[in-house]
Amino acid sequence: MTALHHEGVAALGRALASRQVSSVEVVSHLLGRIEAHRALGTFLHLDAGRALEVARSIDERRARGESLAPLAGVPIAHKDIFVTKGAPSTAGSKMLAGYESPFDATVVSRLAQAGCVSLGKLNCDEFAMGSSNENSAFGPVRNPWDTGRVPGGSSGGSAAAVAARLLPAATGTDTGGSIRQPASFSGITGIKPTYGVCSRWGMVAFASSLDQAGPLARSAEDCALLLSAMSGFDERDATSAQRPPQDFDAQMRARRTGASASKPLAGLRIGLPREFFPAALAADVGATVRAALAAFEGLGATLVDVSLPRTELSIPVYYIIAPAEASSNLGRFDGVRYGHRAAKYVDLLDMYKKSRAEGFGPEVKRRIMIGTYVLSHGYYDAYYLQAQKLRRMIADDFRQCFTQCDVIAGPVAPTVAWKLGAQDDDPVAAYLADIFTLPASLAGLPGMSVPAGFGEGGMPVGLQLIGNYFAEGELLRAAHAFQQATDFHARVPEGFQ
Amino acid sequence: MSALVRGYEVVIGLETHAQLSTASKIFSGASTAFGAAPNTQACAVDLALPGTLPVMNRGAVERAIQFGLAVGAKIAPLSIFARKNYFYPDLPKGYQISQYEIPVVQGGTVDIAVGEHRKTVRLTRAHLEEDAGKSLHEEVHGMTGIDLNRAGTPLLEIVSEPDMRSSAEAVAYARELHKTVVWLGICDGNMQEGSFRCDANVSVRKPGAPFGTRREIKNLNSFKFLQQAIDFEVQWQIDRLEDGLPIEQATVLFNPDSGETRAMRSKEDAHDYRYFPDPDLPPLVIAPEWVERARREMPELPGAMAARFERDDGLSAYDASMMTQSLAFARYYETARDGSKQPKLVANWLMGELSKRLNTQGRDLGDSPVAPTTLAALIARVADGTVSNSGARQVFDALWSGEGTDVDGLIAAKGLKQLNDTGAMEKIVDEVIAANAKSVEEYRAGKGKAFNALVGQVMKASKGQANPAQASELLKKKLGAP
Repeated sequence: MTALHHEGVAALGRALASRQVSSVEVVSHLLGRIEAHRALGTFLHLDAGRALEVARSIDERRARGESLAPLAGVPIAHKDIFVTKGAPSTAGSKMLAGYESPFDATVVSRLAQAGCVSLGKLNCDEFAMGSSNENSAFGPVRNPWDTGRVPGGSSGGSAAAVAARLLPAATGTDTGGSIRQPASFSGITGIKPTYGVCSRWGMVAFASSLDQAGPLARSAEDCALLLSAMSGFDERDATSAQRPPQDFDAQMRARRTGASASKPLAGLRIGLPREFFPAALAADVGATVRAALAAFEGLGATLVDVSLPRTELSIPVYYIIAPAEASSNLGRFDGVRYGHRAAKYVDLLDMYKKSRAEGFGPEVKRRIMIGTYVLSHGYYDAYYLQAQKLRRMIADDFRQCFTQCDVIAGPVAPTVAWKLGAQDDDPVAAYLADIFTLPASLAGLPGMSVPAGFGEGGMPVGLQLIGNYFAEGELLRAAHAFQQATDFHARVPEGFQ
Repeated sequence: MSALVRGYEVVIGLETHAQLSTASKIFSGASTAFGAAPNTQACAVDLALPGTLPVMNRGAVERAIQFGLAVGAKIAPLSIFARKNYFYPDLPKGYQISQYEIPVVQGGTVDIAVGEHRKTVRLTRAHLEEDAGKSLHEEVHGMTGIDLNRAGTPLLEIVSEPDMRSSAEAVAYARELHKTVVWLGICDGNMQEGSFRCDANVSVRKPGAPFGTRREIKNLNSFKFLQQAIDFEVQWQIDRLEDGLPIEQATVLFNPDSGETRAMRSKEDAHDYRYFPDPDLPPLVIAPEWVERARREMPELPGAMAARFERDDGLSAYDASMMTQSLAFARYYETARDGSKQPKLVANWLMGELSKRLNTQGRDLGDSPVAPTTLAALIARVADGTVSNSGARQVFDALWSGEGTDVDGLIAAKGLKQLNDTGAMEKIVDEVIAANAKSVEEYRAGKGKAFNALVGQVMKASKGQANPAQASELLKKKLGAP
């Protein structure tokens, strides 16, 4: 075995099951690494004591010969958007500093049932609003490939911790790209499943019609194992998809008809939307993505030209719908029952104003204002309703594409990770950079980021794969085949060997 | 009956909130029971803790469907939950989940009567929504307390068209609506506890003029307050207009102590609620099978039941409508009728003796100390001549005051059994005729009063046990025509 921190979920699971290593050993080792790399800013709360306790109990059960779940003893950590019992749940906001939830999110409890050992809570943009993790009230996260750059966001803590080999995998959430974009910026693998695959119970809501949980890990294989454990129907979420539990690992390994060992993707039609390759796409990203697509061709896939004509419109559509929902979802943070309350106020209105002004950061306030505006009387039809219509048309465009191809591919983001602070004065520039991840979010489709190579400054570039509804298995199979043939996903940033 | 008030026509529409009788809340599993210690019936969803989500309670939907069927409305095959956004400390999420553009119940009518005047009030809609919590301004020293037990309680908001033209019509409508929801068992109808409350939209206009500007009186939780509030408001509006002042659209509160309405907020302060479809809840889809299932589980409606009582029991239309004034009344009637086989007598007793006592003591039929089976036993004894009507009233008194529940036992104990033995009766009649020659003479001379005296003597001689009808008959037979 190589050093423990280089092992992924699947390998660790096997090593643990065969008792080559104990969960306590793995957890202790990673806790040491996390301490050593505190400067990355990945963890908001480290739960060392409880993690070791859980690991010890799993080791004991294994020693007694109990049959355990395949992930038993594997360490992970949760994006601090998921609420957890017995640990703070902040959503990266001062508003919830010190808040403790009386219950666990469904994703958290399912992973615990599968035997995963949670080491704590991971940094993220405040209420998952952002694409650089610079909007966290508790400080930025640094990209392990270049600590002067952002790791992406909003699941920046999750992505950076996995990339830095502090964890084999972590949970994340994706509303407009918050799993895929940080996975791309940090050189790891992440999947946002179809809307409804993972329960939203216990996820601090940003935009309810878009929020989805998913794993960030080092490989498609690891993502498949985690996704199988964290997904499934939940009666506490009315938007949860009613279908039987899925074995994504088996789906990933199922052979395509007509496939062979050298051409595992024979017959797979990959659609390339011409709008995903605009002139403005950074040259390094374009070249890396095209090279990866050539590798897919080598694996037997065929590339097909398709069109998603409303790709650009997905930006205004998203930045109307998501803030609209957010403005309402964040209404509960009023200082009355929990969360931040101003120390001094003269009356009720003053308490609301001061508590919210002090508790929310600038990006959250910006989105609350946008959302309140687009829902207000006289503007609703022109903005919100219009955006909803376009959202349906964007979903129709995908439906049209999937008559011509099996998966859609393109870049995750127009550039590699930018420098910390580079977009401080221009929030709109950051919004525009979401262009390739927003369409799948608006349509509710599964999307994935797969390490495809390296661009400017040696920074990772991710390839995005988008599947039809509930076609996670197809995405994972394509990504897995690519990862069997390449080693981009296995590269380790310097200093984190 | 659009009687004008000082030359003005009154226009009223009501918005009624009926709390639905589900055991748990509309979007959470917490109990809806009234009266628990503050905040003991509020779960994580009701408190709007981060990460919580609403899940629709199907029982609330079923109740809405049944209401819609009862008022002849359209049950929307697809309706949408929307968020009504505003800040208030007893509104935990910062929004109320309601229905806005597409409600579950659309249209429908309610028939009302004020005296002899009948009319049909049209319903606009009825929609499902959640209640807010309560702000306790008086009970917490110098601060406002928040009790979230009520937060998330299911409500059906029933909106009428502005079809009512007097406070009496408004009250008749509210009473009819109240009867309907209680009859269906979808609401307990308890107005003191706020389970059924009305907002009244009131305006006045000169006959033939367009609608005047309305003011909305909020939260009227008794029929009396509803009437008083509208009456005051109408006078207030007419005073304004007569003084040449405009009416401004406003929300007003009624103060039961002063009997006055006072503006709470004007249109300028009106909230922009920023309604939009709730992304946490998929559209409410009601398949025809669901409607049919709800229909099957509904009790027979009062109109159909009254028609049946007329047809099968031979009741008059008036009696039949009285027997269906509430489901409890109808059930009482049916049980007593089945036990006695005397529909008309049962109806008379229910409208007479029983109602009189209930009204005097301000009790509900449910609290009646006389069970319907007991009343049936008594009525059966009246019908078979065992006891006279006046004797039966004495027995009823005894039953009411809890002296016992055995009708025959009470008749015997009180010596109220009528003498129905013809031989014994003839003997008494003969003795009375012999002993009262003067009265007999007078009767034969054509003095009707004398006959009554003879009947009285028979009753006296029998110690009240003679059947007066039988006594008269025998006397007439023996004395011959006067």
